[in-house]
Amino acid sequence: MEPTSRAFHDNTREALADATLQAALGKLTRGFPVKRRQAADRLPEFEDLRDQARDIKNHSLANLDFYLQQFEARVSDWGGQVHWAKDSEEACQAILDICRNANAKTVTKSKSMIGEEIAINDFLEKNGIEPIETDLGEYIIQLRKEPPSHIIAPAIHLSKEQVAETFLGAHTDLPADRPLEEPRALLEEAREKLRQKFIAADVGLTGANMLVAETGSNVLVTNEGNADLTYSLPRVHIVIASLEKIVPTLEDAATVLRVLARSATGQEMSVYTTFCSGPKRLEDPDGPEEYHVVLLDNGRTDLLGTEFQEMLRCIRCGACLNHCPVYKSIGGHAYGWVYSGPMGAVLIPGLIGMNEASHLPNASTLCGKCESVCPMRIPLPRMLRAWRKRQFERKQSSPSARLILSLWAWVAKKPMLYRFVNRQIIATLGAIGKKTGRISWLPLAGGWTSKRDFPAPAGKTFMDLYKEHGG
Amino acid sequence: MSSSRQYILDRVRAAKKGGLAKTDSDVARSRLHDHSPNLIPKRGSVDKEARISLFAEEAEKVDASVVRLKHINQVPQEIARFLKAANLQPKIRSTEKLKNLPWSETLLDVETGPVIGSDGVGVTVAFAGVAETGTLVVCSGPGSPTALNFLPLTNVAIVEADKIYGNYEDVFKNLRAQSGKGQAPIDYMPRTLNFITGPSRSADIEQTLLLGAHGPQRLHIIIVDDGLA
Repeated sequence: MEPTSRAFHDNTREALADATLQAALGKLTRGFPVKRRQAADRLPEFEDLRDQARDIKNHSLANLDFYLQQFEARVSDWGGQVHWAKDSEEACQAILDICRNANAKTVTKSKSMIGEEIAINDFLEKNGIEPIETDLGEYIIQLRKEPPSHIIAPAIHLSKEQVAETFLGAHTDLPADRPLEEPRALLEEAREKLRQKFIAADVGLTGANMLVAETGSNVLVTNEGNADLTYSLPRVHIVIASLEKIVPTLEDAATVLRVLARSATGQEMSVYTTFCSGPKRLEDPDGPEEYHVVLLDNGRTDLLGTEFQEMLRCIRCGACLNHCPVYKSIGGHAYGWVYSGPMGAVLIPGLIGMNEASHLPNASTLCGKCESVCPMRIPLPRMLRAWRKRQFERKQSSPSARLILSLWAWVAKKPMLYRFVNRQIIATLGAIGKKTGRISWLPLAGGWTSKRDFPAPAGKTFMDLYKEHGG
Repeated sequence: MSSSRQYILDRVRAAKKGGLAKTDSDVARSRLHDHSPNLIPKRGSVDKEARISLFAEEAEKVDASVVRLKHINQVPQEIARFLKAANLQPKIRSTEKLKNLPWSETLLDVETGPVIGSDGVGVTVAFAGVAETGTLVVCSGPGSPTALNFLPLTNVAIVEADKIYGNYEDVFKNLRAQSGKGQAPIDYMPRTLNFITGPSRSADIEQTLLLGAHGPQRLHIIIVDDGLA
């Protein structure tokens, strides 16, 4: 999709005014964090496993060239093929070529954030091939032509009434008066529709939660089982994965799996975890005859060796979204691209450039909750600050923000002046808000006071109070 | 594409010089060769009987039903009982692995061969069970079509008591040991290795948890003590 991150402020205003979205976000952020906490508490080794998962990814990134080549060699051993893609265009073209060689008319697809990133569905459609999302949430948003609003719960922003409306519009072969009030009815209708698609598809396109260098396997994690029907029924299985998904061994994959589901949904383990290695063997009764892995860079090697390298440890669990006060307020669409929340605010500028995404690193209170729940211990607040610093240094932040910061820096470096100015401001604000303890309007602070009152200061600075109390 | 391969590898190597930790390909090579386990949670490190109980307990927590039988020959009766209790048709898609069981003692209609969309009940044989999270492990191969675990709305899975391990790492260890052919991945990895923890589910509509999204709505696990002949 075309990023709309530039319009972050407008997106945010819309999101805050959307009652359905606000209700959904409330439910989401009350549910997932509690379940994560319970799952973490049940496993005494959880914190140590987070350390090890972090170390595994650090080791993999430090030896990325070695492991990628090992992975490629193992995939070849199986009779599969790895296609290296610098960017979205190359990845889309590689997938299209494989589909054309297979004379594919329809492609079933299980949820892949990389698929979203390269906008493979639009590309296939333009080239006459029908892509069908099979994850229930992805299926719904595909029918609605919307991007995902959460990396693991893509249709989280919709009510069941909206889903029913979508199905009534899309499944016109069914009676228009069928009952669709209950989520169960919606699920069963989607299951029935997609079942036919699974069986008819020529190509199955999946993502990968991990790539295992030892065995040349891709790992798929789902709760619905849609990925398993996607790769096992069609004649061709294509995996689209970014290169940082690599881990060395099956044992390393096990460690990452132990923190993945617990951090994401609070499950001990997702329902289906699958290791696929190559095409079907001679003696296998089913499975794909062809196996392809499209290995995507798309800007990730630009992050290697920089202060953003640690972002490449991310396993897309969504914990940072579920715990983020900003995400909780505005949801995923406001971020304007396929990723969102703290991980999105760090990753999006890295992948599509700061010019497109300059607002995102500033959309954070830096409260630190994201880092505290990240299974890979990614220092998200530090990286958000690093983007802000770059913005300032490259003069990409807004002129007024730069002016105010420069003024503040000038004053702050002169202690006498700083204390004097501070005393004046505190005294003035204290006097304005003396009666109620609140200030409901302030020049230059309309962004704050239009939504809530500004708490009035005590009227004296800390230094003054300190002196008064004989400090 | 080969130029992209070179481009990507060059960029990775260039980044290393610019501050990425120094490669020690010997360390990486021996990591692949040794595949040493990382930290394994203590939860599954208990004796055999406790392991089987933990496996059943964890599987039930994620909405599977579990029974334990002494003899593999009791399996047909148990499946007939289960289907009747669940008010399901006595018709199953089974595998060649189970063809010697006394199916004729029941009224079950048993078919083998490729799974089809209209199959209601799939009967599968697991490679292993994992006590840690009540997880079944299934390998693709002769008599074990992958789709049989996913396409029918009901899945009955048989696992031998001796093959219920404490943790995932023990499964990998046994997977590597059972090939008898060699130590290369091509000798031990099946095309598809499935870890299955409970029946299929989705909470994509208003976060309402529903079972049976695309895979089975019911998972019935039969633990057998005496193993498959």
